[in-house]
Amino acid sequence: MKKKNRIQLDDNGKLKHFLTIEGLNRQMLVDILDTAESFTSVTEQNIKKVPLLRGKTIVNLFFEASTRTRTTFELAAKRLSADVLNINIQASATAKGETLLDTLRNLEAMHCDMFVVRHADSGAAHFIAQHAAPHISVINAGDGQHAHPTQAMLDMFTIRRVKGEFHKLNVAIVGDVRHSRVARSQIHALSMLGVEDVRIIAPKTLVPTEPDAFGVHVYHDLREGLRDVDVVIMLRLQKERMRGASLPSEHEYFQLFGLTEEKLELARPDVTVMHPGPINRGVEIDSVVADGPRSVILQQVGHGIAVRMAVMSMAMQSHLPEATGGRRG
Amino acid sequence: MNAKELDINQAPDQILDHVAQKLSAILESRNIQDPIMIGIHTGGVWVAQQLHQRLGLNEPLGTLDISFYRDDFTRVGINPQVQPSTLPLSVDERHIILVDDVLYTGRTIRAALNEIFDYGRPASIMLAALVERDGRELPIQADAVGQHVTLKDGEQIKLQGPEPLTLTITQA
Repeated sequence: MKKKNRIQLDDNGKLKHFLTIEGLNRQMLVDILDTAESFTSVTEQNIKKVPLLRGKTIVNLFFEASTRTRTTFELAAKRLSADVLNINIQASATAKGETLLDTLRNLEAMHCDMFVVRHADSGAAHFIAQHAAPHISVINAGDGQHAHPTQAMLDMFTIRRVKGEFHKLNVAIVGDVRHSRVARSQIHALSMLGVEDVRIIAPKTLVPTEPDAFGVHVYHDLREGLRDVDVVIMLRLQKERMRGASLPSEHEYFQLFGLTEEKLELARPDVTVMHPGPINRGVEIDSVVADGPRSVILQQVGHGIAVRMAVMSMAMQSHLPEATGGRRG
Repeated sequence: MNAKELDINQAPDQILDHVAQKLSAILESRNIQDPIMIGIHTGGVWVAQQLHQRLGLNEPLGTLDISFYRDDFTRVGINPQVQPSTLPLSVDERHIILVDDVLYTGRTIRAALNEIFDYGRPASIMLAALVERDGRELPIQADAVGQHVTLKDGEQIKLQGPEPLTLTITQA
């Protein structure tokens, strides 16, 4: 795994591909957050664009449906003045029998500079990064149950904006952690940024198989796990899993693991409630909480654009020839 | 004036006074009442803070980070320490005083102008610089300059601050 992740950085230690949080370091994550912070003022402009990636072509390669993630990637790329192609592969060439590598070669022939990849299989973004031409950067927009690093970074960005520092926080992730690429990336990012107490709150069937490997504390009781937490991250209950044997009914799930105002009372008074969306109201979270004053769910969406602008522009600069300085002023 | 004649320990305060005087003369002659002053990160913001105070301007100071508008991103890349730009007021139909520390190639000013126009359409923009040196690569002049310095090839002048502001000349 270590070796596989090394392709994320170029020879100068700069970000080239952004595939997973693993294998990066704290400074890199802080650089992403700082760069994202500087992009927040772009939305205040009349013309919400900076010319940074003018002339670059970014391809959203979505093998799996997604509205929010694709839209925010698209908006981020456009605010950087890049040209954007959205390719929905399910409905496209692969349906006609073209292989993934042939699709890649075709896009490369069109002089694209970056692929943003969403795929139902774990490792798909890695595969594409390994096989893409050297000048192409790959950003993982979610692969199977493996990773969703830009979502994790926008959550870190949100936490830093609301709470300031990371190291003193108690952060709880609630729900289907086992199948969640978002949770996996969040856990890596939280611990890399120095959060000491990361908790997983989930039914026994939805805890990762090796929770110890993540260095998290596991709770099976929501009330117990919420005690004194500063940040609660709710995960979407993937309804498609309800059909399997791993879960009781939606109603029962809500009784046990749904976040309500009453349960939230056990957390710190200034607790912040997050959710990567889309939310299932009345399943994992009560509407009153989701729309309440402690929820930052909609801020997360806005932060997603700034964070994706940061990651895209940082990944793009790794292709640049060695800095020559140039006269400033 | 030769660089050696510039007393870089004493200079900034006097040079600032000089810029402020020139600016207020221009404002008066053009009959501009409430200009918006915008400093370019980082040195230009320090200079702008001083000028803002000296001119007793009413409107809050704006700051601009032109990193995302530079023409050399493809050579120097991104610096994560970029500060967000903050323009507290709409620039539409307003008179702007753009402030930088050192006017040299003109490329920073070009980038700043582009960024300002992404915020709106100002009535006018004038340029103030603490010092200027030869080497313009674009047709850009300042309206108010504190001091002209002549440097040898490879020499650089840099403003350090914010407290105290000092100008230093270094060999690159």
